[in-house]
Amino acid sequence: MAFNWYKYASPAAFYPLAGRLVPWFSWAAAILAVLGLAVGLGIAPTDFQQGDAYRIIYIHVPAAWMSMFIYLVMAFWGALALGFNTRLSAMLAQSLAPTGALMTFIALWTGALWGRPTWGTYWAWDARMTSELILLFLYLGVIALRNAVEDPRRADRACSVLSLVGAVNVPIIYFSVQWWNTLHQGASVSLTAAPRMATIMLSGMLIMALAAWCYTIAVSLHRVRSIILERERGGAWVGALPEVCSG
Amino acid sequence: MSEFLAMGGYAFYVWGAYGITAIVIAVEVIAARARRRAALSDARLASPEEPASTIIPGGAP
Repeated sequence: MAFNWYKYASPAAFYPLAGRLVPWFSWAAAILAVLGLAVGLGIAPTDFQQGDAYRIIYIHVPAAWMSMFIYLVMAFWGALALGFNTRLSAMLAQSLAPTGALMTFIALWTGALWGRPTWGTYWAWDARMTSELILLFLYLGVIALRNAVEDPRRADRACSVLSLVGAVNVPIIYFSVQWWNTLHQGASVSLTAAPRMATIMLSGMLIMALAAWCYTIAVSLHRVRSIILERERGGAWVGALPEVCSG
Repeated sequence: MSEFLAMGGYAFYVWGAYGITAIVIAVEVIAARARRRAALSDARLASPEEPASTIIPGGAP
């Protein structure tokens, strides 16, 4: 395959590519979300133990997965930005932080509303929940640090370092249910064991997870285009863009 | 329909979860679009007709 990855490492080349990808991922996210909600809220039966309260799983688990995965991707782009001083990877890391914070908030919020009817409490200081809350603070810390440092290149380095240091929290969240005796249950789905869920419930959850993926890609590519404009404005290629010069 | 909305007595928890999720996603999409509009208008102001010295590096987000 003759696709040249290095060509797209420049913001000027990546900007139009991202623009072409955004509608595809947006539509995929919308279609998958409708499909996943139809399966999760319509077709999937009521759980014999938890009643309909279990239906929170269709947003809780995909949001929790994305919250951890986005953090690792953000730390990865940050590491590239630190190691190779690449502008675009720092911008990609910058564009992921708000969506990561959003997914973490959704995971915590839906978890609280699920915990109350099933465990009798909205919140407990258990290892899984506490480490997920720390994840939210890490995202907010990265965003605040970005806004606090005036020079964008220095902000890139500072945010990359904070992202990389905070990345140790992700395996702690993931393995917390094994390492400690937590109120939170263990994994419902794993790559090594048969899922402990009915097939129709599992498929609804996986469709919603794919929708969350597509949404994250769409919104972060859309946001990185704004970031590129903010940081490259005044450059000749930005001035030549039809959406900029035609006003 | 009302049976569906009742969610077997868990309506507050289920719709509280889905509702807030829908709201925060809507807020993010609106904010992302507003940011693009602002970035485009700033880019127009900074486009090459003006002298480069008027561009404030790392200005308004």
